Amino acid sequence: MGSQIFMRFNFLNWLLLLLSLECPFAATYFELSNLSSNSTTHYKPDHHDAEGSAQDERLNVFTVDYNYVQIPYEVTLWILLASLAKIGFHLYHRLPSLMPECCLLIVIGALVGAIIFGTDHKSPPVMTTNIYFLYLLPPIVLEEGYFMPTRPFFENFVSILWWSVLGSLLNAFGIGLSLYGICQIEAFGLTDVNLLQNLLFGSLISAVDPVAALAVFEEASVNEQLYMMIFGESLLNDGITVVLYNIFIAFTQMHRYEEIEPVDVLAGFARFFVVGLGGVLFGIVFGFVSAFMTRFTRNISAIEPLLVFMFSYLSYLSAETLYISGILAMTACAVTMKKYVEENVSQNSYTTIKYFMKMLSSVSETLIFVFMGVSTVGRNHEWNWAFVSFTLLFCLIWRALSVFALFYISNKFRTYPFTIKDQLIIAYSGLRGASSFSLAFLLPMHLFPRKNMFITATLVVIYFTVFIQGITIGPLVKYLDVKKTNKKESINEEVHVRMMDHLKAGIEDICGHWSHYQLRDKFKKFDTKYLKKILIRENQPKSSIVSLYKKMEIKQAIELAESGMISSAASTASLQTHRLSPEEVESMRDMLAHSLYQVRQRTPSYNRHNLPTETSEKQTKEILIRRQNSLRQSVRKGNSLPWGKPASTKNVRFLSLPYGTHNPARRKARHDASTGDYSSDSDSVVSTIFSPQLRAGSLGANRRQQEMVPMERLARRDKLSGFAGQRGTPSKQDHTARIRRPALMPKPQFDAVFEEEIQGYESEEEEGAVAASRPSVKWTAEKRNVRRFHKAPTPPFWRK
Amino acid sequence: MGSITLEQIEHLHRRFKQISGDQPTIRKESFDRIPDLEFNPLRSKIVRAFFDKRNLRQAPDGLADEINFEDFLTIMSYFRPIEMNMDEEQLDHFRKEKLKFLFHMYDSDNDGKITLQEYRKVVEELLSRNPHLEKESARSIADGAMMEAASICVGQMEPDQVYEGITFEDFLKVWQGIDIDTKMHVRFLNMEPIAHCH
Repeated sequence: MGSQIFMRFNFLNWLLLLLSLECPFAATYFELSNLSSNSTTHYKPDHHDAEGSAQDERLNVFTVDYNYVQIPYEVTLWILLASLAKIGFHLYHRLPSLMPECCLLIVIGALVGAIIFGTDHKSPPVMTTNIYFLYLLPPIVLEEGYFMPTRPFFENFVSILWWSVLGSLLNAFGIGLSLYGICQIEAFGLTDVNLLQNLLFGSLISAVDPVAALAVFEEASVNEQLYMMIFGESLLNDGITVVLYNIFIAFTQMHRYEEIEPVDVLAGFARFFVVGLGGVLFGIVFGFVSAFMTRFTRNISAIEPLLVFMFSYLSYLSAETLYISGILAMTACAVTMKKYVEENVSQNSYTTIKYFMKMLSSVSETLIFVFMGVSTVGRNHEWNWAFVSFTLLFCLIWRALSVFALFYISNKFRTYPFTIKDQLIIAYSGLRGASSFSLAFLLPMHLFPRKNMFITATLVVIYFTVFIQGITIGPLVKYLDVKKTNKKESINEEVHVRMMDHLKAGIEDICGHWSHYQLRDKFKKFDTKYLKKILIRENQPKSSIVSLYKKMEIKQAIELAESGMISSAASTASLQTHRLSPEEVESMRDMLAHSLYQVRQRTPSYNRHNLPTETSEKQTKEILIRRQNSLRQSVRKGNSLPWGKPASTKNVRFLSLPYGTHNPARRKARHDASTGDYSSDSDSVVSTIFSPQLRAGSLGANRRQQEMVPMERLARRDKLSGFAGQRGTPSKQDHTARIRRPALMPKPQFDAVFEEEIQGYESEEEEGAVAASRPSVKWTAEKRNVRRFHKAPTPPFWRK
Repeated sequence: MGSITLEQIEHLHRRFKQISGDQPTIRKESFDRIPDLEFNPLRSKIVRAFFDKRNLRQAPDGLADEINFEDFLTIMSYFRPIEMNMDEEQLDHFRKEKLKFLFHMYDSDNDGKITLQEYRKVVEELLSRNPHLEKESARSIADGAMMEAASICVGQMEPDQVYEGITFEDFLKVWQGIDIDTKMHVRFLNMEPIAHCH
């Protein structure tokens, strides 16, 4: 209760803060706009008559020139403001569940618009056709394509294609034609809006932007098919509406409306396909080229993000040159590229790409929404009751119609049809957003004398759908009790599902049926045989199960190393026996989810505004590790040891395979030292499953290590503050095919583990464990041993 | 189990003939005639499943030497998609049947539970196509999975407790959350069979 009040208070605080920020801004705007009206304003320290003629005579100590920085300055201010608002938005916990984030952005935009309008300030011309299509739109599209979960997408591909293409077309033409019908009615005063203009308006208003809906779905964890339909629709819909838009604009520009013959219509139709498919092909080609490039960037990993972004952007631009759909090209490029690029690039590059992409798309979207806000509170409106209300009505009607009609047909071909509930949700999630607004805003005035009316109508539709539908869709989903996904994941499930896949493929082979499983299998075969050899470095084998397992081991290794690092070198770990704690399973599942392009429920949630949240624990660990690493780096610089370089360790992708080749002496040393109570060091780390009896039981239970699951051995390899390292060969374990309470690592928690840091850790560990008992010569020899081991071919470090 | 339409039966019959080489029965070797199956890591298990008497509902264990068309159909019927007009009980039964089929694939020695060894074998086989992976990895995964199953099925274990293996009930528990219905079916679409074997 108290925290609620606090939260509310906090929110109010933020609001006040924002408002107070606005005032000085407004004041600055006002003042500076006045100032900027005189081109040069000088403050002169000495007295001077203000007659202007002698203005340039003296050197000015203090000058103000706002014009010079006006555009970037204001843009930056807007973006910052939006960011502040987002912070405030998330601080107040109840708000994100009440309304989607785009509501907030629109409000901010409206606020800024109000200020600009109120201060009579001329907003900088940031939004023009060129700037929108060349700079603002690509980041958004790229981000959508890159973060798309591929497997569910392709599994439902035909349905998605059917729905988005036909849905958009149906909506566009339906709304356009209905509005044309309305315009024909004399009483509304709209007769000057001809058919083409109506069709164009229809096409731009049917551009859906369901990010809000997706966020709600994620939150309510609806079933995968539903999610994918909406997601796929949003992806393809952008491309299609822009294509339609351009075609109609081209038609409009043909001036003589009456002379549009069937030939032209047919040409338009054909163009639609050429543009669409051509875009996709373009994208795929560029995707492959860039994936190929990343194969060679091992030593210059800093340019990897650059390659990714530049190639995608290039695909967009090249497609646009040929009047092919750049959006579809970029999407296809991102999808193709992602698979191979993720294999090749270093962890840092990967993280950079992820974050940078999110950042760019966030910025773009913010700017667009600000413009929307500015437009709302501006003078360029023309209110026409009939047009606006009918637009809204038709949007809703046609969406519902198209959903029910199209799904009725596609349900006949699906094994698992969409229920009426699903369809209702899909119909309801047709939120309009930035894309419609931009397209309306960019209508050429000379071709569309009633552009303002279009803008007004678009804005009304957007506000309505985003606020009213966006806020109510959450409760609606809950009320309808849409079929949910199951969130439980486990290694077992992974294995079973894999089994199932192969089983199905096998049965299908036996039956002799084609199905998309076969197709997928065939693609995979082709992929493995040819594509991967060309596009991926060093032909690293990939089995998803194993790779993620390795990753888990690495995490555990780091975990242990980290927590061990904090303690003194003398303390060692005894084996704690406990089962897989929920946290461990969670992390395994996490890795499973993030490593495999499997069902949507396992992929990070798609949200344009945020990256998948990492728990704060993970982050703090990460930060801690980074800090320690840098500390160590600085210390290490004093040594003459070769371990100081971080970058060279890229080729060693990962660590953990069980070793046969241990230095027995080392093992012994560790073994001897194994008495202390490990858990005391890592209390904070270890899960709560530890019970006193466990600890007591395990202390004497060195023998139990014999029966331990190999997993721990693998991970414990790097333990410094020892760990009663049972490095015995696996054969011992085979005697007991049973699992006793196995000893396991405390939960691994990191997500982003840096290779350099791993190496760094290792070296540290070696140092720590060994320094006490050996001369440095032997130590380096041992290290070489270890190092050599690392260079064995290993699967790649699988990241999220 | 669910019913298969006449059309599908005809199709399967044609297929059966292709595999058997126009003989009334097929043996394990007949499956060699399907080249695509070779790449499947679970090949041997799948083929074995066809001859498993438990799946054929003939006996509690053992392997048949050869199966006729009826048996073939029996096995195929495990892969029917669920029908919308089934009631709860039928659905439950259906689901159990499918899961039993799976269980039998894991439990090769017919002792009614999946032991660690068996699980390991399965995982090894799953990863067998991958030449770079070592047995150790497969083992670790199997072990991890077993532990997880133990924690799901048995809960907190005493220090001396030993987890023997996954019984069918435990198996059901593990699969409780997973929607087997959407996963374990083969779409019997009306397409021309790909002529594989000669």
